[in-house]
Amino acid sequence: MNAPVNPKKLIKGGLHDWEVVIGMEIHAQVTSRSKLFSGASTAFGAEPNDNVSLVDAAMPGMLPVINEECVAQAVRTGLGLKAKINLRSVFDRKNYFYPDLPQGYQISQYKDPIVGEGEVLVDLSDGESITVGIERLHLEQDAGKSLHDQNPTQSFVDLNRSGVALMEIVSRPDLRSSEEARAYVTKLRTILRYLGTCDGDMEKGSLRADVNVSVRKPGNPLGTRCEIKNVNSIRFIGQAIETEARRQIAIIEDGGTIDQETRLFDPGKGETRSMRSKEEAHDYRYFPDPDLLPLEFDQAYVDGLAEGLPELPDAKKARFVSEFGLSAYDAGVLVAERASADYYEAVARGRDGKAAANWVINELFGRLNKEGKGIEETPVSADQLGQIVDLIGEGVISGKIAKDLFEIVWTEGGSPREVVAARGMKQVTDAGAIEAAVDEIIARNPDKVVQAREKPTLLGWFVGQTMKATGGKANPAAVNALLKAKLGIE
Amino acid sequence: MTELNELTLAEARDGLKARTFSARELTQAHIAAVEKARALNAYLLETPDRALTMAEVSDAKIARGEARPLEGLPLGIKDLFCTHGVVTTAGSRILEGFEPHYESAVTHNLWRDGAVMLGKLNLDEFAMGSSNETSAYGDVISPWRRQENGTLSETPIVPGGSSGGSAAAVAAHLCLGATATDTGGSIRQPAAFTGTVGIKPTYGRCSRWGTVAFASSLDQAGPIARTVRDCAILLGSMAGPDARDTTCADLPVPDFEAAVSRGVKGLTIGIPKEYRVEGMLAEIQKLWDEGAKWLAAAGARIVEISLPHTRYALPAYYIVAPAEASSNLARYDGVRYGLRVPGRDIAGMYENTRAAGFGREVKRRIMIGTYVLSAGYYDAYYVRAQKIRTLIKRDFEQAYAAGVDAILTPATPSAAFGIGEKASADPVEMYLNDVFTVTVNMAGLPGIAVPAGLDAQGLPLGLQLIGRPFDEETLFATAQVIEEAAGRTALPRAWWA
Repeated sequence: MNAPVNPKKLIKGGLHDWEVVIGMEIHAQVTSRSKLFSGASTAFGAEPNDNVSLVDAAMPGMLPVINEECVAQAVRTGLGLKAKINLRSVFDRKNYFYPDLPQGYQISQYKDPIVGEGEVLVDLSDGESITVGIERLHLEQDAGKSLHDQNPTQSFVDLNRSGVALMEIVSRPDLRSSEEARAYVTKLRTILRYLGTCDGDMEKGSLRADVNVSVRKPGNPLGTRCEIKNVNSIRFIGQAIETEARRQIAIIEDGGTIDQETRLFDPGKGETRSMRSKEEAHDYRYFPDPDLLPLEFDQAYVDGLAEGLPELPDAKKARFVSEFGLSAYDAGVLVAERASADYYEAVARGRDGKAAANWVINELFGRLNKEGKGIEETPVSADQLGQIVDLIGEGVISGKIAKDLFEIVWTEGGSPREVVAARGMKQVTDAGAIEAAVDEIIARNPDKVVQAREKPTLLGWFVGQTMKATGGKANPAAVNALLKAKLGIE
Repeated sequence: MTELNELTLAEARDGLKARTFSARELTQAHIAAVEKARALNAYLLETPDRALTMAEVSDAKIARGEARPLEGLPLGIKDLFCTHGVVTTAGSRILEGFEPHYESAVTHNLWRDGAVMLGKLNLDEFAMGSSNETSAYGDVISPWRRQENGTLSETPIVPGGSSGGSAAAVAAHLCLGATATDTGGSIRQPAAFTGTVGIKPTYGRCSRWGTVAFASSLDQAGPIARTVRDCAILLGSMAGPDARDTTCADLPVPDFEAAVSRGVKGLTIGIPKEYRVEGMLAEIQKLWDEGAKWLAAAGARIVEISLPHTRYALPAYYIVAPAEASSNLARYDGVRYGLRVPGRDIAGMYENTRAAGFGREVKRRIMIGTYVLSAGYYDAYYVRAQKIRTLIKRDFEQAYAAGVDAILTPATPSAAFGIGEKASADPVEMYLNDVFTVTVNMAGLPGIAVPAGLDAQGLPLGLQLIGRPFDEETLFATAQVIEEAAGRTALPRAWWA
């Protein structure tokens, strides 16, 4: 918690610099077909109250039964966070009244969570990386949704989400800037998506964050924190932290003190505002749920799940660096999504890994971004892109032609090799043909020839002219060599 | 000739099998008896049409030689069991008119085995009470009355609680047997007060699915009937594994009826000295001694044992049970079903609904439960109560490990009292009714109450037998010996009819 202070991360106040300290509670919806304690579907987008069982509606006498798949998903996630898996955990009731909480309590885990301490390695944009401690992960039920806009005098309740399994992942207060916080959530989301334990879709509410923010003078003990509830995008997480840190700094510099409270972030107004104070905080009266036995499994169960885990982003990144000779940065970009990494690997296998990375990152990702598409929607398959890389490697086409070829394959599809053949895009390597073009350009531009002998950088102009004359198909290396010889440039 | 409704359940079963009478006739006799006994207020809801329809199905089955274990036997159902399409209130205003779209596991099992439903039985509100005076739908009156100078007193007597309707209906021949539930004594105490037999099986023997919850870690369903054998037959159908209740044991159901006639030869029966409480009535002590003598005469070895943490059981129970209840009853909020009383906002609606929907005793327990779970009090109350619970359980484990097969105690500290006699008193006085029974719930053990005699005023008294976990068979065998030795006591004249 008292790692060396990085001065670049400090926030400038009116009087001096401030360090912001952030911890997060991420609520990640477990990917499962049915709810945590009932057989009702978890499918998104159903009509209100379509996915509600008698248990979810808390009818009298109904009892919860644990969904084993949700337990497995929580254990997989714990393993992905390099965390301690607790072979015995306990479900507790968190009691409070709210119309979208039919039981009058949420079944959660309080003292004995299913997953204990772990860590997440987070890469930052400056190339540095930090390790964020995970305090715990526990399973709990989601609540339903109150709808206040359906009727002028009444609120409606949709219980489709009621009882859906959530993993609450609690970090240590190890984050020191909004950038670190954003990078942490991004990385956590990547890990969850790799594991297939949460789809990470923040728009659908599959991932929500409660952000604890405090500020202090560097080296001082922790300041009083405020919790910003339910922030639902990575961008808003960053904004909420900046806003809240500045609010706290302004108060302290004005001689005030921070009240521990729960706040909400309003992205429209760019401000956080108080939701409830510490005094108004609920007394949740936690106690072990007597309807459920303690959740127990053995190490063999955990080991079985561990064996089935996919390669995770950190391991994949390290392998890309060692196996394909990539820079850490490029490897990091490629492993950010499992689908991207798989795509890259399909292109790179048996080819020049660096060239493959360049094409995937610069051309493919560039183009996908431009069109707002994800890797799953790419019209150019890994096999097609691989062929393009092959054609360059074999000297059949130039890099420039390859970009045209990529464009054709993107819009029209087809086998790159056949497109090259059918459209005569083959690079001209015939020395005679290139020489004829070079000779003609030299003959037509005697003045430039003289200048070039004085100023060898003019060679580029001659290369351009030659490429233009050959329709871009001349082998650039051959053109270069020939021009140098003819112009007498070293 | 005996009226059909005065047969025991086993006799009725045999009569149906022998075609001495039809299920329809048997049911009709009960419907008539129920109609004449409305003064007892035992039934909250009579379902005669449904009963006759079920009886006709039973007659058809019997005719085809396809009789199921409880074929055509009319039963009453405590109104804590959710019954599909039949209003289920838990004795509370807050569930007035509530019609479940599902059938509790226990009643489902009974209908599966061919039983006939006569209706829903009155109870203390949410099963919280020991006299059936907390029901929102009026007190249940016991069919028993005190004898004063050779005549029947006019003073109405409580049937005990919370399964007061079940016990009164069974005692007054308004059903052959009834379902009941027991959280701290709610089967055994009313059985003892009404001269009937009631068994609370081991926690986990019957599924809790579909039974309105009071205190989840203590609640257990069981039957009340007129004989030990009848209880054994009923429990055989009510019990069984249920994947929908994770606290329900995944164990096969033994042939309980076969165990009834096993006898007690060679069994060791423990007499716990801590149950000889201060101020114990002489007639209770006498009854207890007599019970031990009967068992000894039948070949059992009687030993004195110690259950040292007994005295902490009642206070600990009155922390654990209300704590769980305060949470279990949070769902009655007026949002989705049951009573809703409007308010200025959502909090106002909650307050108005729960103020109007719950009675005094339920409110008291919700308040106690909320208090003991509150921040700062949790460790002092709830955690300590759970520790006591562990110690109570260990007391029993040690007794059983030392070779005791069952434990004999009085079922209640006294015979039934008059209606209103304790209602206005300190609630703790009412809670003391459970002093001999709560330990059994705290330890999750099986316990049976069996009639053993009458007090000086002619009211029934019962003895309790406590068994090893999932050893209800020994309880049935032992209780049968007491039943036979005590002789069945006849009800006084049917003053209500």
